[in-house]
Amino acid sequence: MSTAQPNTPKISLQGVTKSFGPKKVLQGIDLDVPAGKSLVVIGGSGTGKSVMLKCILGLIEADQGSILIDGQDTTHLKGHDRDEMMGKFGMLFQGAALFDSLKVWENVAFGLVQGRQMKKRQAQEIAIEKLIAVGLRPEVGHLYPAELSGGMQKRVGLARAIAANPEIIFFDEPTTGLDPIMADVINELIRDCVGKLGATALSITHDMGSVRKIADEVAMIHDGKIIWQGPIEKLDNSGNAYVDQFIHGRASGPVTKHGTHTIQKQTAS
Amino acid sequence: MNSAPESLAYTLDEENTSFLTKVLNSIQAVGHTILYFLELVGRISRFIGKAIAHCFMPPFFPAQILRQIIDIGYYSLPVVGMTTLFTGMVLALQTYTGFTRFNAESAVAAVVVISITRELAPVLAGLMVAGRIGAAIAAEIATMRVTEQIDALTTLSVNPFKYLIAPRVIAGTLMLPLLVLIGDIIGVFGGYMVGVHSLGFGAGSYITQTWDVLESMDVISGLVKAGVFGFIVSILGCYHGYHSARGAQGVGAATTNAVVSSSILILIFNYIITQVFFS
Ligand SMILES: Nc1ncnc2c1ncn2[C@@H]1O[C@H](COP(=O)(O)OP(=O)(O)OP(=O)(O)O)[C@@H](O)[C@H]1O
Ligand SMILES: [Mg+2]
Repeated sequence: MSTAQPNTPKISLQGVTKSFGPKKVLQGIDLDVPAGKSLVVIGGSGTGKSVMLKCILGLIEADQGSILIDGQDTTHLKGHDRDEMMGKFGMLFQGAALFDSLKVWENVAFGLVQGRQMKKRQAQEIAIEKLIAVGLRPEVGHLYPAELSGGMQKRVGLARAIAANPEIIFFDEPTTGLDPIMADVINELIRDCVGKLGATALSITHDMGSVRKIADEVAMIHDGKIIWQGPIEKLDNSGNAYVDQFIHGRASGPVTKHGTHTIQKQTAS
Repeated sequence: MNSAPESLAYTLDEENTSFLTKVLNSIQAVGHTILYFLELVGRISRFIGKAIAHCFMPPFFPAQILRQIIDIGYYSLPVVGMTTLFTGMVLALQTYTGFTRFNAESAVAAVVVISITRELAPVLAGLMVAGRIGAAIAAEIATMRVTEQIDALTTLSVNPFKYLIAPRVIAGTLMLPLLVLIGDIIGVFGGYMVGVHSLGFGAGSYITQTWDVLESMDVISGLVKAGVFGFIVSILGCYHGYHSARGAQGVGAATTNAVVSSSILILIFNYIITQVFFS
């Protein structure tokens, strides 16, 4: 694991494609996530951001291309090796994906108890600690997920993702459904994971405030490809019309609600 | 003038080709169906192989296994008990009314015990459990699939085959024989109640007749059936849940498919196992 060169990207996607039936979602994604940095992927709704994360995790098998973690090709990893690789990851799902048959604290402690055979008592302490970190009161730990609001569920999902201090953390829309203050708490938490714990973060968000707060680098996905990637400082003068339109949230520009056709005409002109 | 036969030939030809395409199309449809079926069998077999392998490979989740044993074994007891009780009772009644025509009333106890142990307890318990447990397993796992809980398990380094599927398959396969054994006793007892209290058999002679005719193979074959049925119900519930389509409709379809397919397989395997044991 630590044999990787200092500047090997933590995650590297090369020409990754994925279709669902006739629908081409990813059409050759090339993306490098540097180790110990926070990369944020932006892009329109339905452009395949969540699918991309699931491909990296192997939850969805990519059709083509290769996915390297720490320089090691994991595209076709199966069985025990894949289970082992998962130990490096933490993932916050867009829909939180909490286990509804378990209490909140058991959800947060799940990876520690079941995945890493930690003692229940110790895992519960860590779980409560993480709940506090995401701005929830310890009593919440004894409720069931169905008894929480959407934003609370999201934060529990976040606590679960970071509970085992993973090397790589994926955040799928971490601040959606949160009030501005709580969103900022979460932004800071994500920053801390990267800054203090040295994790590599790959986040997806539509919230530009959040992008500016948590990103070291930004990549934009459009039409199944990464069309721009650069440091956060360059986001405002990226020189890319799509990025400009996206960060300013304008309805008019190269991206229209009707999608691809107009876009290609405009690029051509 | 010349054009008439020509056009006739033309239409004939067209009819021929359209007939030919129809034949070809239907052959193609049959081919597709066969291919689809083979693919399905292949997929289910691979799923079963993987599930069985994970039942024997550590790490195990004893708490999950215990929970499923209670769910599948203990909570199915009332259903199985009621089913076999009334089956035993009605069997005694029916046999009696039928057999008096041939002056063979004395065979009632024998018919009840053999039918219950060999056939009725395992098959009826299997079908009841398919409705109760197969549906519950499929719905639960399908919901977990649809809400990404299965993906979440994987990202937390817990293999869903070990955590979700193996405990259900183990519990299903072990608990159904136990349920059927209890069902055997309750069913025979139901026949005894009716025989003694409403058909006028002597309590002692009914029991002696039951014991005399009963062979261990009758019970064993029933328990083997039960084990196979328990495996079928739990594995198909898991399979349909695990491969559920997205959305509420997907969950509904998974549940229906689990119950229907396991009920049919129970009936088919019932025949096969009977054939193996008694011919
Ligand atoms: N399992 C699946 N089966 C079929 N199609 C899928 C599946 N998962 C995703 N898709 C399709 O892939 C496309 C991309 O989905 P994805 O969830 O990655 O979008 P997204 O970029 O995350 O959007 P959002 O910002 O709204 O979350 C969608 O059009 C969706 O319909
Ligand atoms: Mg998404």
